[in-house]
Amino acid sequence: MIAALLLAAATPNLAYTQLRDPAQEADARALMESIRCLVCQGQSIADSDADIAGEMRALVRGRIAAGQTPRQVRDWLVARYGAYVTYDPPLGWATAPLWLAPVALLALGAWVARGSFRRRGR
Amino acid sequence: MRRWLLWLPLCAFGVIVAVVAWGLYRPADRTVYSRLVGQPLPDFTLAPMVQGKPGVSSADFRQGTPRLLNVFASWCVPCIAEAPHLMTLKAAGVPIDAVAINDKPDAVTRFLRRNGDPYARIGDDRHSRLQLALGSSGVPETFVIDARGRIVKQHVGDIRAEDVPILLQTLAAAK
Repeated sequence: MIAALLLAAATPNLAYTQLRDPAQEADARALMESIRCLVCQGQSIADSDADIAGEMRALVRGRIAAGQTPRQVRDWLVARYGAYVTYDPPLGWATAPLWLAPVALLALGAWVARGSFRRRGR
Repeated sequence: MRRWLLWLPLCAFGVIVAVVAWGLYRPADRTVYSRLVGQPLPDFTLAPMVQGKPGVSSADFRQGTPRLLNVFASWCVPCIAEAPHLMTLKAAGVPIDAVAINDKPDAVTRFLRRNGDPYARIGDDRHSRLQLALGSSGVPETFVIDARGRIVKQHVGDIRAEDVPILLQTLAAAK
């Protein structure tokens, strides 16, 4: 009984316990805010109190405490759940319009502006 | 200024309305499927969950027969609904192993006594470690593993009567 309690104290529940190293905790926290909870899909795992979100927080903290980079942990999750699991999706065919549309619209605006300035100049 | 350009904003608005209407009337399927379908089962070893039944490890799935890996929990209501269909699969000779998520031995024993026990092995996945490694996002889920230990299908949600023949077909094709 006492041994079990000691063991529980030695390995805190990382779903609800911050890491000792503040820099690691900050990394873990930032990553958790960008990972989607799988059952409550509008929330990040940092915001959600669903069981699986807790387990995912524990996984993120455990892996970062073990020396993995946030990028490695994120890639591990994306390899299993797809890009939908992250709120910061990688550039791909589906997300390319999001990145390219502003550039295209700026170019269009410049073209329209050039046209109207030229007319005024005449 | 060309006349037809005047209609461009209205057309753009029309396109936006069409996209929104499409999204409202046919909402996208938000089920999160595992990306590991088609890939080998990740390596794992899970301790036994209940007395008298062995735990599960990835090596059990490389013995030359296709098997089902059922992700369940005694606290999960749809798991009760799928229990009779798992019994049907067992009666058809399908070997079924299970992972109990966030569970306790006596709760699982009670669950099996009440709903039937279709499992050859039950592993204890106390912190959803294997569940996350499998790309599974809830209970119940069922993975079809082929004779060489590759995941060939993931069934999300409870198995219903109409899913049984599909699963049997997939298992027969996975030899």
